[in-house]
Amino acid sequence: MSETTKTTVKKPNMVVEIAGIKLRNPVMPASGTFGYGEEYASFLNLENIGAIVTKGLSLKPKAGNPTPRIAETISGMLNAIGLQNVGIDAFIQHKMPFLRTVNTPVIANFFGNTLEEYGEVAKRLNDIPEIAAGELNISCPNVKQGGIVFGTDPKAASEVVAQVRKNLQKPLIVKLTPNVTDITVVARAVEEAGADAISCINTITGMSVDIHTRKPRIANRTGGLSGPAIRPIAVRMVHQVVQTVSVPVIGIGGISRPMDALEFLIVGAKAVQVGTANFVDPSVMQTIIDGIEAFCIDEGIEDIHELIGSLKL
Amino acid sequence: MKNYRTKIISNQEISPGYYRMRILAPGFSEKAQPGQFVMFRVQRSLPPLLRRPFGIFRTGFLPADCDGLAPKEFVEIVYKVVGRGTSIMAELHEGDKVELLGPLGNGFDVPTCDGERILVGGGIGLVPLYMLAGKLVEKGCSVRLLMGGRTRDDILAVTEFERLGVETYVSTDDGSLGEEGLVTQVLERKLQKFPKAEVFACGPMPMLCAVREICMANKTSLQVSLEESMACGVGACLGCVVKGAGHTDERPSYLCTCKVGPVFKAQYLDWNALAQSHGCGGCE
Repeated sequence: MSETTKTTVKKPNMVVEIAGIKLRNPVMPASGTFGYGEEYASFLNLENIGAIVTKGLSLKPKAGNPTPRIAETISGMLNAIGLQNVGIDAFIQHKMPFLRTVNTPVIANFFGNTLEEYGEVAKRLNDIPEIAAGELNISCPNVKQGGIVFGTDPKAASEVVAQVRKNLQKPLIVKLTPNVTDITVVARAVEEAGADAISCINTITGMSVDIHTRKPRIANRTGGLSGPAIRPIAVRMVHQVVQTVSVPVIGIGGISRPMDALEFLIVGAKAVQVGTANFVDPSVMQTIIDGIEAFCIDEGIEDIHELIGSLKL
Repeated sequence: MKNYRTKIISNQEISPGYYRMRILAPGFSEKAQPGQFVMFRVQRSLPPLLRRPFGIFRTGFLPADCDGLAPKEFVEIVYKVVGRGTSIMAELHEGDKVELLGPLGNGFDVPTCDGERILVGGGIGLVPLYMLAGKLVEKGCSVRLLMGGRTRDDILAVTEFERLGVETYVSTDDGSLGEEGLVTQVLERKLQKFPKAEVFACGPMPMLCAVREICMANKTSLQVSLEESMACGVGACLGCVVKGAGHTDERPSYLCTCKVGPVFKAQYLDWNALAQSHGCGGCE
């Protein structure tokens, strides 16, 4: 005769730690796809996601690029927003009051035009106790300064990370660009310069042309490709970086379903960021979190760490 | 605003290339304001990846069935087939599952007192004007609709405006329906007759630029509803920005069409920049 006691399904432990920050689960938005959090508060319980990652912040407000700034491509989109943001002062004054009310770690993504400016923004972040960590953007493909210039050269990347490390009294995540010949070289350089974690990948430079007007479909001529189209490239690069560095890696690139996030965890990402999919379905991160949990239950996994880096080769 | 996981009530071609779709949306009508829009997810599979923005034509209730169930609340959009997304939409049927995010954005600033109001619609730009017309009539305004299109096929839903008590004037570029010529010619005449009228316009950018010129010359108050491609519809992607009046490289002013708009008071926009980015060769 079978036991009559009801078996309650045991929920898996989803808590992960990145650079000393405890996340209730490994799912967070990618910078630039989630505004400053408030934009999505009506669609998603912000206290259910692992962290909130802000739009990239700079010392002074930044206007961004001319329009058109976005174009849809097959299973992806090109964007060249140009890091439009309110600037660190307005962020503290107008965006932090809301973020303070949310019991979820806030990661401030930031960038500068010069080495000094990177350091300055890092210093300003120290003044905001509710910011859990900084995510250093050295990988935006759509602006001349303040992005990819630093991210594509291992020496420049190392310098900027060292500069920020000196000034930032918080955990430092460095976001890498895929627009390089060998991402492991840059990954190793930023780890040596003091990064506590690495997030990758940012968008892949692309271009699309309107055949009737014969003009580029975005004003910046080229833009960053994101969305499901780039996922296999991202999985490959995250795998390579995980094999190279010992700091935790946050996987980003084309995640829109639970199974996509699981792929990144299996290759060794300790957490994931969801980007373009937020535009398509504003509550997609909840779906992904629930799906990861359901997968763990189905597979008899009690702790998400059993899954992370479990790739069989 | 809310993401509705819902289904289609009906989807019909109302003129060659133009469709009217009714979607089940409980609780939608009490929130929706004239000029607001929805982000519509065509299907769960790819492509297309992104949602498409559509102006709300109207909201309402289906009459209760004889089964005694509560009347079904719907939102209605009218769309033109222009690309991949709208082609797929045209193939959808009653009962098909869709997703709808809305109501989104800032709609028309509806004047509080009665008076002369002129609505100018170009083709599919007619859509957001229907709910506005209803509101204005309710306020006791005298409302005129000037509806323009290339041919008679582009003239939509005029009789529905008439049923609200709106006086309508139709013009087409080829003269196949109503007066031959541009809708802006009709606007100039009407403004001579009603110099104190307020104007509300939605349509292609060259039409909006011309309407704005006429309104400037007559010192007429003008609100316009803009269409820009957008990814999120909630102010996060910053893909749909337009330049605000007084925009300079030193003091930039970029306004999200999805959040600050889609309806703007004409004086708050940089019209030269709008004309350039939509390739209509300058407004001034």
